[in-house]
Amino acid sequence: MSSPSSYLPIVIQTGVAIGFVALALGLSHLLGPKRKTTQKDETFECGIETQGNARFPVSVKYFLTAILFVLFDVEVIFFYPYAVNFKEMGAEGFIAVVSFVALFLAGFIYVWKKGAFEWER
Amino acid sequence: MDFALLLEKSILILILTAITLGIATYLTYGERKVAAFLQDRIGPNRAGIFGILQPIADAGKMFFKEELIPKNAEKWLFILGPGLAMITACITSAVIPWGSHLELFGRTIQLQVADVDIGILYIMGIVSVGVYGIMIGGWASNNKYSLYGAIRASSQMISYELGMGLALIAVIMMSGSLSLREIVEQQSGWGGMQWNIIYQPLGFIIFFTCALAECNRAPFDLPECETELIGGYHTEYSSMKLGFYLFAEYINMFISSAVMTCVYFGGYNFPGMHLIDSQNLLATLQIVAIFLKISFFIFAFMWIRWTLPRFRYDQLMHLGWKTMIPLAIVNMLLTGGGMLLFGN
Repeated sequence: MSSPSSYLPIVIQTGVAIGFVALALGLSHLLGPKRKTTQKDETFECGIETQGNARFPVSVKYFLTAILFVLFDVEVIFFYPYAVNFKEMGAEGFIAVVSFVALFLAGFIYVWKKGAFEWER
Repeated sequence: MDFALLLEKSILILILTAITLGIATYLTYGERKVAAFLQDRIGPNRAGIFGILQPIADAGKMFFKEELIPKNAEKWLFILGPGLAMITACITSAVIPWGSHLELFGRTIQLQVADVDIGILYIMGIVSVGVYGIMIGGWASNNKYSLYGAIRASSQMISYELGMGLALIAVIMMSGSLSLREIVEQQSGWGGMQWNIIYQPLGFIIFFTCALAECNRAPFDLPECETELIGGYHTEYSSMKLGFYLFAEYINMFISSAVMTCVYFGGYNFPGMHLIDSQNLLATLQIVAIFLKISFFIFAFMWIRWTLPRFRYDQLMHLGWKTMIPLAIVNMLLTGGGMLLFGN
């Protein structure tokens, strides 16, 4: 069993990682040349003049993917406590989970049939 | 937690971070040499013998290049993006067991930074945070190519995370624990017959495919697909910030190989390890064993990159949602049914 103090090394490692990142970014900021020109500071668009900016709506399919991810990821997380206790729960637990998987699949097939995964259109 | 233990962990963390960064640096060299080998070329051979100083020259160059921040970019988010990508890549290694334990100065030193009960969940969590590094960087650049690259990357990474999580459930059902050390310990036995790969071949294939997609490696490297998006999410980056994105990719590759080794290929176990009496010798050989296995997977990653062409975006999403997730569920049910029928 792990106690709260066994998470302390993770905090230390995070600190080391942040320290390294800050140091390297700071060093490269100090060491590199700084010769700014108006054209260099433009957004790069293959050499032609920049058209507008990148704050525009994108295809709704990406949002749909994000929403479906949130839905299904929560359901996947529900499987984890069950998986850890699988051996103790035996056949009874397995039947319970199969019914949960059936509900999961019902939702999955519903969004599939609704065309949420049709990326060509 | 007493002071000696804290000191011991700190030393371990510093060594681990140094090794991780060193490996990431040398993987860029490895990648170029493997590419050269597969394409019948020589590869880098100018800096030092066989070009082994090449990655050091590259890393040095990153420091001395001009740091450009486009005037339309959100300055702080632009800096935060690569920083976050690098930090998340560096802290994932905390829960991976590199060997059993060493006995030095009368102390038992665990070769693992943090032996927490939720090892696998910790890794999944940090991998999810890794999406933010790319998303923030791509959005803050205020460049259309970067934005598309970032959106593609995040949508691909979250899609394949589902398949990855589902594939791991089957392994957890067999082990009954989320701690990576316990999963590895359970796979110890004669001649590798206890390794999970024997019982979970389908799960491993799903996990490996998802790991390729999570690391944005070919054939799933659409976020930085040069023909359409220039450099993808790091189009606007230069100097060390670009370096961080590239290093983070290599570190992620190293860590996902380590996770695959621990979960499916017995981690630090190797055939014949019960014959060795000296604990320190055993631990050293275990570290060698896990690094050999990791190197093999890293080579496989590179081999795939230089062999397969890139997917189209709709093919990628179809593979993720319509193949990987149903297959992973089938794998989970088969594992459960099999374990009940044949008595664990």
